[in-house]
Amino acid sequence: MIEIGLGHYLTLGAIIFSLGTLGIFLNRKNVIVILMSVELILLAVNINLVSFSIYLQDISGQIFTMLILTVAAAEAAIGLAIIVAYYRNKGSIRVEEIDEMKG
Amino acid sequence: MEYSILFLPLIGAIFGYLAKYFGDLTSQLLTTFFVCVSAILSIVLFYNGIFHGTYGNYLIYQWIASGNFVVNWSINIDPLSSIMLVVVSVVSALVHIYSIGYMKDDPNKPRFMSYLSLFTFAMLVLVVSDNFLQLFFGWEGVGLSSYLLIGFWYKKESANKAAIKAFIVNRVGDFGFAIGIFLIFMFFGTLNYNEVFQLVPEFSQEKINFLGFNLNLITLICLFLFAGAMGKSAQFFLHTWLPDAMEGPTPVSALIHAATMVTAGVFLVVRCSPIFEYSQVALNFVAIIGMLTAFFAASVAIVQNDIKRIIAYSTCSQLGYMFFAAGVGAYHVAIFHLFTHAFFKALLFLGSGSVIHSLNNEQDIRNMGGIWKQMPFTWIAMIVGTLALTGFPFLSGYYSKDAIIEFAYLKGTNIGYFATSVGIMTALLTAIYSWRLILKTFHGKFNNESLSKSKIHESGIIIIFPLVILILGSIFAGYLFKDFLIGHHYVDFWKDSILILQAFNHSHIPMWLLYITPLLVTLAIPLSYFLYIKNDRLLERIKTKNELLYKFLLNKWYFDELYDSIFVKPVKAIGSFLWKSGDIKTIDRFGPDGISKIVKIISKKSTKFQSGYIYDYAFVMLIGLSLLLTIFIFYK
Repeated sequence: MIEIGLGHYLTLGAIIFSLGTLGIFLNRKNVIVILMSVELILLAVNINLVSFSIYLQDISGQIFTMLILTVAAAEAAIGLAIIVAYYRNKGSIRVEEIDEMKG
Repeated sequence: MEYSILFLPLIGAIFGYLAKYFGDLTSQLLTTFFVCVSAILSIVLFYNGIFHGTYGNYLIYQWIASGNFVVNWSINIDPLSSIMLVVVSVVSALVHIYSIGYMKDDPNKPRFMSYLSLFTFAMLVLVVSDNFLQLFFGWEGVGLSSYLLIGFWYKKESANKAAIKAFIVNRVGDFGFAIGIFLIFMFFGTLNYNEVFQLVPEFSQEKINFLGFNLNLITLICLFLFAGAMGKSAQFFLHTWLPDAMEGPTPVSALIHAATMVTAGVFLVVRCSPIFEYSQVALNFVAIIGMLTAFFAASVAIVQNDIKRIIAYSTCSQLGYMFFAAGVGAYHVAIFHLFTHAFFKALLFLGSGSVIHSLNNEQDIRNMGGIWKQMPFTWIAMIVGTLALTGFPFLSGYYSKDAIIEFAYLKGTNIGYFATSVGIMTALLTAIYSWRLILKTFHGKFNNESLSKSKIHESGIIIIFPLVILILGSIFAGYLFKDFLIGHHYVDFWKDSILILQAFNHSHIPMWLLYITPLLVTLAIPLSYFLYIKNDRLLERIKTKNELLYKFLLNKWYFDELYDSIFVKPVKAIGSFLWKSGDIKTIDRFGPDGISKIVKIISKKSTKFQSGYIYDYAFVMLIGLSLLLTIFIFYK
């Protein structure tokens, strides 16, 4: 039985972070997936914060996490609202079709 | 008083132009009034100068002061400048008055009057200067006003071309003039006349290396100064602009291209007599150019058909007389001829202007004739002008022109004798072409189809009045002033404003010389009458027999064509070469055009980054972030 330590938590955070980033730019289909990936990145950071907080016996990391979660929820709500508004305007949220910033 | 003479025309030029908001008449009266006051004051000044010797130097403003080098704006009144003041301001005042009548149908009267006054100011600055720099300022000022006035009718393309031609040909001369001034400054360290003239004798043997030639400094300076004079006074080689300048309104021709500006060259040579006297080579050159011009212009004038061009060539020829008078050392005679010439040449121009005005701007003498009864007064004016110009006994031209021929003879050198014979021959030619002008214009039968003879009438009083004054001047100026200017006691008048090293010996003038010129010019009257009125078939025969010569003269010795092929075309070719391959193909290609092309290519490439997909931007952001982090970690 191995002891679950700081290294494992950080590895998990790193994996989730990488999944989130890859999810952003390997995904070609759906904007909601991008939104979810952004959430994943945030959560990875949260895991890091919590693990360091326990490791360092410092509560402020966990307080930060709570704040970030709140912000993330608000952000997700705004992001979804933007997507809904976008869908109403354009009739599609396919990533390939969102290229109006093209030079 | 001296200050008002100089600055009234300038004030007139400025306020005359601004007065256009109060109507044309205000502007005309204002400019004319100021110039007339200036003219009256300069006559008073001249009078005081002769009888009370009130000469002096009046400082206006110190212009440049750099170490020992000081140049002032100043008014230098001496015999030479006072006589020039009279000539310039009096003729200018008369031309101002005349213009009120002559330009009455022109829409731009205020501008015209303002230019005339500006010209007068520049010319006065030129003559009263006491240093070469102020002289140069006036010199360019008159050049500018001449340009503006020749091109006054700027909607006519020929007028624009003539104005540019006058300006550019003058630039050639002015270039030489500027080099002359540079040389003076370089070796003498000053530009004030007095100081330069005092230093000249010390430098008379000085040699300098110029473009690989070892030349006498004084000769070189004189030749360069004379180049400027040649340009301004339309002497041989640089004369081509003067006939074309007749595109300007006739009052302009009378003022600028007959009486005043073109004589600036003569004035320059006379003013610099203390320099020229120390260089026999330069004096001979001046004399030769003068002779060439006198003869050349007279020969061309014989066959021209434009009334103003004939008089223009006549001016050119008379300027030649003045120059060879200066060239043989008779500076006072040159100025005397300048003085009388101003009256009768202005008279001829204004008279011809009156004719042109009455004939609805007709200038070709072949379309005139037989109108002397319609305009008797202009006819008399032109006759007097012609008599004076040809040197008919006891009119003003007689005293000055004969004096030139006489002094050339008295010089006693080969050039002097040669000048005498050229002078006599040219006097005969002058008489013939002048009478041809009169006879073709006023006598014979009326040749104008577009205008009925009964419609021609005498010009108004405002045009006639200046003519009256000029008639008086043409008749009496020579007789009244000959004793002061060229008499035995000429030194009493001129004081030290001109320098004549070798006094002329008056003892041995042969009798035939005194009589030959008046005799010839008198004989020329019946001769011209015979040729141009009585027996014009003979004239036609002469024309066809000497077709080649006739063509040669009619085309002004092919000077325009020659210059066109020697200077204009090659310069045009070089210009177009530099434009097409130098500018467009080299500088533009690698300069502005090249850079803009590269920027375009780069930006086209870089727009591809802007795919528009969010994940691409996120990817780039991530890469950037990781790069920054890496750098931060490694180079902490």
